[in-house]
Amino acid sequence: MSLLEVENLSLSIHGAPILKKINLSIDPGQIVAVTGESGSGKSMTALAVMQLLPNGAQTQGEIRLEGRDVLTTPEAEMCALRGAAIGMVFQEPMTALNPVKTIGDQVMETILIHKAMPATQALDRTKEVLRRVGLPPERFPLSRYPHELSGGQRQRVVIAMAIALRPTLLIADEPTTALDVTTQAQILDLLKGLVREYGMGLLMITHDLAVVADMADQIVVMRHGEVVEAGPTDDLLRNMQHPYTRMLFEASGHQVALPDTAGDRPLLEVTQVVRDYHLPRKGLFDKPGHHRAVDQVSFTLNRGERLGLVGESGCGKSTLTRAILGLEEVQAGEIRLDGAPVFTGHKPNPAVRRKMQVVFQDPYGSFNPRHKVARLITEPFHLLDTPPTGTERQDRIAEMLTAVGLSPNDAGKYIHEFSGGQRQRIAIARALIIRPELILFDEAVSALDVSVRAQILDLLAELCATYDLTYLFISHDLSVVRTITDRVMVMQAGKIVEQGETEQVFTHPQHSYTRTLIDAAPVLPDIGALAG
Amino acid sequence: MLRYALKRLISLMISLAVASVVIFAVIEVAPGDPASFMLGVNAQEDTLAALRAELGLDGSKLERYFNWVSGMLVGDFGTSYTYRTPVSQMIADRMWVSLPLALYALTLSTLIAFPAGIYAAARRGKPGDLTVMGATQLGIAVPNFWFAMMLVLIFAINLRWFNAGGFAGWDQGLWTGLHSLTLPAIALALPQAAILARVMRSSLLDILGEDFMRTARAKGLSRRQALWRHGVRNALIPVLTIIGLQFSFLLAGSIIIEQVFYLPGLGRLVFQAISARDLIVVESVVMLLVFAVITVNFLVDLAYAAVDPRLRSRT
Repeated sequence: MSLLEVENLSLSIHGAPILKKINLSIDPGQIVAVTGESGSGKSMTALAVMQLLPNGAQTQGEIRLEGRDVLTTPEAEMCALRGAAIGMVFQEPMTALNPVKTIGDQVMETILIHKAMPATQALDRTKEVLRRVGLPPERFPLSRYPHELSGGQRQRVVIAMAIALRPTLLIADEPTTALDVTTQAQILDLLKGLVREYGMGLLMITHDLAVVADMADQIVVMRHGEVVEAGPTDDLLRNMQHPYTRMLFEASGHQVALPDTAGDRPLLEVTQVVRDYHLPRKGLFDKPGHHRAVDQVSFTLNRGERLGLVGESGCGKSTLTRAILGLEEVQAGEIRLDGAPVFTGHKPNPAVRRKMQVVFQDPYGSFNPRHKVARLITEPFHLLDTPPTGTERQDRIAEMLTAVGLSPNDAGKYIHEFSGGQRQRIAIARALIIRPELILFDEAVSALDVSVRAQILDLLAELCATYDLTYLFISHDLSVVRTITDRVMVMQAGKIVEQGETEQVFTHPQHSYTRTLIDAAPVLPDIGALAG
Repeated sequence: MLRYALKRLISLMISLAVASVVIFAVIEVAPGDPASFMLGVNAQEDTLAALRAELGLDGSKLERYFNWVSGMLVGDFGTSYTYRTPVSQMIADRMWVSLPLALYALTLSTLIAFPAGIYAAARRGKPGDLTVMGATQLGIAVPNFWFAMMLVLIFAINLRWFNAGGFAGWDQGLWTGLHSLTLPAIALALPQAAILARVMRSSLLDILGEDFMRTARAKGLSRRQALWRHGVRNALIPVLTIIGLQFSFLLAGSIIIEQVFYLPGLGRLVFQAISARDLIVVESVVMLLVFAVITVNFLVDLAYAAVDPRLRSRT
């Protein structure tokens, strides 16, 4: 008998269909990965098993956990199952823990709420389980609060809470999406180890196909609330039946063909740049300490060149980006664009500023929802001395919207009428409209689904051919940087530890940190090789 | 935690110093010479000068400011121009009414608002929530003196459970004192409770949408357990802010209620002092109220830190 069997599960929320006749099953000790793009219903499937669905949800079909139908189990009995028979780990470790309770209390609560053992034993179990997830109480006392831990450490606490009572089924909803690659590798190892050790079934929800291929025994591919394909990992990868599955895998490893460039004239010159942040004083009369976010960074970006910047969160990528844009003054060194400094006399230099534009990560948060697209994409015009008006302005808007694959008619729409991918196209149009010399892409495709990401990368390659772009592409995603840049820099703790031709760095990394990063990143299996 | 408290304390001192300068300056530029007001328009110039000297009005501004501040530090607030009694005594007498009244009203308001807010949040959109929200709407809309009059009509005139006004004094015993403050405290508390209940509800609703509430449910906590164990404490921060503001208001802002119930409180004292140009009394009471407000804010800051460990370590 399977541990978990989902049969013909349908779900609607306030009448809108979310899931349609889902089938899947998990055996003890098995890892089943549910994958698909956003809106495919992966998370809702997990929440249905937990019976933690939002208000207005209606379910049909059957979900049997060890033979017992979850859908007909009363809420009081579900409370007894949750945390004891089923554990769950969530995506966002930064917010998944209660900020005002210690980690010890929060882990122990799982044990005490189920009255599984007396308090003294519960304390021992809490220590044991925290040790198991890699937070030994000697180094991480139970009295720590969540804000005193890093994202990866917090995710370990969440996992400890979920496995404290050795559940038979563990559900992990995008458990590593918010984490750096090296941390991701550690957390995935931990999950695999726990499954082996405790014989748990693991239902893993993830959009990352490389993670899926690396971990899962079984894969379930979902789209629009339906299972389009499912099967054992090797079989499914070797023999993809559904075109959507194939499209997903191809888009995940999407390669673009960048046009050749002969960049030999320097455009951006960064010399010995240092950026310090003040830390709060330790004592009343102590000098304030400082944190060096960017440490003696130097590099040159030639005209027409596509440069990548990779590194983990907190390494100083974003700080360096802000310094280049002239949003913050640096403490030492100089940043010059086209020979002119971005900062002159403690003020950003407007003549330089108009030659740079930026595209941010979040396609939802970076637009004013009350303005129409025409106004949004012409915002950079205020940097010009004589902004185009009348028909010239209209022509520029139409040209840009067409260039990024939208229609000139879209100028009259509001931003909420567009999807995430379309919004990112609009962000690119906004950056391009004043024909900047340099564009900074700050994690510009990180929030997008793989198929949309592939389209945006293609768009960038096209724009490179048409407009001869020079850009700095900042990302934590190595596979994207590998295809979209000519040269790459690796940043660690404020320093550039390695830079060189992209292919060269990826195939023959010199610095140990670069090797760690590349090794930690899960690799998509070569579908062609598998099929052959 | 200690450093956090120390930093707050320093900022409290600075606020008090700045406030004293501002209050002194404002009273200085206010028109009207207390001496001529007291002696009438026909007073002789030398009598006026003598009275000014007696009241301490003849020194330089700086001198007078330091006399005033240093006096306050040792509890000497000067002498009332109109009553010729020590201001400290006048204030102390009134304080014994105003402070207990404010605390009483605040306690009532919290006791009403917390359960009401939590109840409404737990039943969002259901009849219970709508009833509580309707009642709070009413509580905010209706002025407190109307409540006061209704309370007098029902409980004093019809039922005769309470006196219609006046304050018996604490020397009659704690119970008698509290008894005579009950109706005014309720009248003051109701509108405050209505606001506080709404803040509690919306703050709790925000918290209920947080990821860690879902985590708590995934651990096996029931909706109610999750609300009490993880929701309420996190929801307290904005609520504490409002409680701090309300206490300051209750201490000084109850003039109308004091008037309705004939209570010898601070509010009436200020009102009378302003009408009589008794500037030294006004100055002192205002300074005292500023002191109270700043102290309450200090206590609220400490309460924040007690509730939220992130504030303790940030400093």
